[in-house]
Amino acid sequence: MRYNLHLEIHYSFGHVAAGGRQLLRVLPATVPGRQQVARSRLAITPAPLEERRFRDFFGTEVIEIVLPGGLTDLLVEMTAEVARDETVPVPPDTSAPPGAMAAELAALASLAPDSPHHFLFPSPRVPGVPEIARFARAAVAGTTTVASAVTRLGLALNRAIAFDPRATEVDTPIAQAFRQRRGVCQDIAQIMIAGLRSQGIPAAYVAGYLRTRPPPGRPRLVGADAMHAWVRAWCGRAAGWIDYDPTNACRVNGDHVEVGFGRDYGDVAPVTGSLRMEGGQSGSHSVDIAEI
Amino acid sequence: MADDRAENGIRPPRGYAALPGVPDEMVAADGTVRPSWRRLAGLLAAEGPQEIAQRRVRAEQYLRDSGVFYRQYGAGGSDERPWPLSPVPVLVEAADWETLIPGLVQRADLLEALMADLYGENRLVAEGHLPPDLIAANPEWLRPMVGIRPASGHFLHFLAFEIGRGPDGTWWVLADRTQAPSGAGYALENRVATSRAFSELYAEMNVHRLAGFFRDFRDSLLAPGRDGDGRVLLLTPGPLNETYYEHAYIARYMGLTLVQGEDLTVANGRLHLRTVAGPAPVDALWRRLDSGYADPVELDPESRIGTPGLVSALRAGGLVMINALGSGVLETRALMAFLPRLAPVLLGADLRLPNIATWWLGGAAERATVLADPAARMLSPALATGLPFDSPEETHPAPGQGATADLARRLKAEGPSLVAQEVVRLSTTPTLIDGRLEPRPMTLRVFLARVDGRWQAMPGGFARIGASRDPAAIAMQRGGSTADVWVLGGPPGASVTLVPAVTGTYRRAAERTLPARAADNLFWLGRYVERTETAVRILRAAHVRLAESGADARPLLQGIEPLHGFYGIETGRGIPAGLLDTLTAAVATAGRVRDLFSTDAWSALADIARTAQQMAARVTPGDDAARALSALLRKLAGVSGLVHENMYRSQGWRFLTIGRQQERAMGMAAILAILADPRLPAGALDMAVEIGDSVMTHRRRFAVATGPATVIDLLGLDGDNPRSIRHQVDGLAEQIALLPAAEDRGRPRAPLRAIMRIQVDLATQTPEGLTTGELWSLRSRIADLSDRLTEAYFS
Repeated sequence: MRYNLHLEIHYSFGHVAAGGRQLLRVLPATVPGRQQVARSRLAITPAPLEERRFRDFFGTEVIEIVLPGGLTDLLVEMTAEVARDETVPVPPDTSAPPGAMAAELAALASLAPDSPHHFLFPSPRVPGVPEIARFARAAVAGTTTVASAVTRLGLALNRAIAFDPRATEVDTPIAQAFRQRRGVCQDIAQIMIAGLRSQGIPAAYVAGYLRTRPPPGRPRLVGADAMHAWVRAWCGRAAGWIDYDPTNACRVNGDHVEVGFGRDYGDVAPVTGSLRMEGGQSGSHSVDIAEI
Repeated sequence: MADDRAENGIRPPRGYAALPGVPDEMVAADGTVRPSWRRLAGLLAAEGPQEIAQRRVRAEQYLRDSGVFYRQYGAGGSDERPWPLSPVPVLVEAADWETLIPGLVQRADLLEALMADLYGENRLVAEGHLPPDLIAANPEWLRPMVGIRPASGHFLHFLAFEIGRGPDGTWWVLADRTQAPSGAGYALENRVATSRAFSELYAEMNVHRLAGFFRDFRDSLLAPGRDGDGRVLLLTPGPLNETYYEHAYIARYMGLTLVQGEDLTVANGRLHLRTVAGPAPVDALWRRLDSGYADPVELDPESRIGTPGLVSALRAGGLVMINALGSGVLETRALMAFLPRLAPVLLGADLRLPNIATWWLGGAAERATVLADPAARMLSPALATGLPFDSPEETHPAPGQGATADLARRLKAEGPSLVAQEVVRLSTTPTLIDGRLEPRPMTLRVFLARVDGRWQAMPGGFARIGASRDPAAIAMQRGGSTADVWVLGGPPGASVTLVPAVTGTYRRAAERTLPARAADNLFWLGRYVERTETAVRILRAAHVRLAESGADARPLLQGIEPLHGFYGIETGRGIPAGLLDTLTAAVATAGRVRDLFSTDAWSALADIARTAQQMAARVTPGDDAARALSALLRKLAGVSGLVHENMYRSQGWRFLTIGRQQERAMGMAAILAILADPRLPAGALDMAVEIGDSVMTHRRRFAVATGPATVIDLLGLDGDNPRSIRHQVDGLAEQIALLPAAEDRGRPRAPLRAIMRIQVDLATQTPEGLTTGELWSLRSRIADLSDRLTEAYFS
């Protein structure tokens, strides 16, 4: 499948902002064997004073910009053409039994960016939350493989948590989102990550885009008008990483376009930096993905 | 005489004995005093409690006069505490020191190699030498720093090691301080204070001096960078930090500019300091700020004390960071379990100096070791970075019999997140308690600095001494104290001064451009001090009238109430709260520029604030208040004298002076506008002359009673009267013209333009023309200078 992808991020500032340094993580990634970027283009208004690119620890391409002072509006536009492999049939379950995860991890001595060791411990936005751990324990009880535990927990959370864009903000703690059983893809993914980690399953946060215009005869997916997020769980050395979208209760497939991954939202947030810290702004994201 | 003392010193001073089974620094196992301690022991044995107390007083006097303090945190916030010094130094023999230092240098090299691996290839984890989760779960391992090579070629430049002497008399490392080691400045202060207490011994005993260490490190830092300037800054978290005093002290001592995160800015991959003359590029940053706070964009986004883009500047490669961001990971307690095994891997040699026995409980064998003898171990979080004894989370694993099964379960469940360490037994050193020498447990902090690529040790250090015989009582926050460390065997007759002797060609260093924030603070310090003085003068004049005329003074006092409004004061109380607020603001502002402000002036200012607080509690309106206010005025004159007689005419002094002149000009304009108003009762003009401290001058110059014209002439337009508006405006014009870039291609910039216009208008004004309305307008034009200065210099 080939997609034309268009992203617009717009911020309006209540006062004249001082400008400053921002990091953007919005470019679709090239993932060998799964996703190729044919071209991408970024336009920022007003023009930044400085612009450079680097890859962060987890390999996400970061655009670092320094904006001039006297800012009242900021517009980031990104267009890209991405080739995404067709949905492949789910392979047979070769994942480890839950009880073997400690040994599986111990056998993997690595701190490479995709090493599961990065994704087992609490991170700034995904602390340990006892209620989530209890929920996860009940949801995965009786499963015999980690992959089935991932699916079970994802399904349970999908049923328990209502998608509600008005219920949470970008900084709402996961404990609160879980307590109110409402939130958006970011909340649901981070709650699932907390649940998986509590059960000894390393879990990463993946940021990306979701096809907004469904093929004929298929329903439009939830969360399609903004950036999307899902979960990447490590299921032992044999099965490796499995991507699961708890917001739509499905394995990640040809509808998902990846930007990058990290321990939680903070590692792959689309915009971070000194403007965000000043607050007082209003923003909107809009995404359009059309199949070519 | 010297021989007598040596003879006398073989036996310890009366009543002093080592604790059973514990090695003592002064007394050997056979009960005799060690040779290097005999002169000190003899001296102490020969003196009575009074003489010994005198020595302590001399040391404490120095610390108090220098304003040495540290910040202590408690339930109700934090406060400044006097520095707890034990005046008896810890003596270390040259031979002992010479075996210790190579072990520490080797350890520093090991830490450097470990750091390079953790922020580079991560070979140690990949090859199974380190468990991955110890690093992956570690909040001090900063992923954004992985792959960034240090510009100097080294990650570590300044380290400290906390060491103790074990039961067999050998040294052990208790903790590595790699993040932003503190204590070197306090070691200097301890040295000066202790040498005051034992001046005769210090002069005779060939103690190694400390100045050379700081001088060499400083020269190494200032060695011309690739851009030739060699600008080095000391980065502090700010005045509320526990050891801010030390940051200011080291900055002053070493001649480095002290900055906070907001003073810095990154542009085009280069770090700059915001100065009064614009952004100046920075070559090296010696940070006393923990890594996570350093950059809110790439590190902790919650940090309010960082510099956005600092990591970006490091990635670009033009900045030396001392130490590299992320070096806090080396303080992880569990790493001590691995360092002995890593030394052969990284250095090809075994550790020369052992560290405290440590077991990371992720392994079954280690758990078994702890379970075999729980009482001899302490448990703490594997990722703890605090000093041993400082961490509240340390626990004894087994309170009693029968708990072993619980412990086994706990270790199995939480093993990877725990370390066990042997319960430390430390040597003791003599300290003065209630006038008597008592043995107390001791640790030493030893400092290593990289000088021209090689490690150099400070020949001395910083001893921490326990408050009781329990080694855990060593934490200063729990009442422990500190002592100076004298390493013996230095060159005889070395200079006593800490100021390095000048050798080679004398070169006068160019004045470093003042950071914009420091200029801002000095300007406001000048304003607050002057505002305090004006308020005190106004209040005193009012209370004198209350005392003399009682109720008859009411109409006049009501007439000047608008003036009270400007200063937030009132006459209902002897010392009003508004006055205390202004003084508090002055002290707080001075506290933010301690590296630039005279120590004596600082002490004097803090003393005034204390005195005023005490007065506020008891002074009553009228005569009592008038006398108290006169006393405050005399003290304020002392501060001004210290600043103006002693402070170098640097940019800093200039901003302080400008603040003072501006405030005084504004004050006098308001006083005249209100008191020279013809609608006020008789006596108002006399009051203005009195507040303006010009009673005698008026009498001499005019030989008539006060009238509006004479008073406005004297206090407004007479350039020879140091209290007049004209005098202040002339001074402002003179000082502002000397500020950096006061003119741009021959044309005055905004601040100079504004003051020159005021100056011309005032010079051509007549007493009759300077009406109440004109005075208010003049005051507001002078007040506007603040904004012009802020735009041009403070932002």
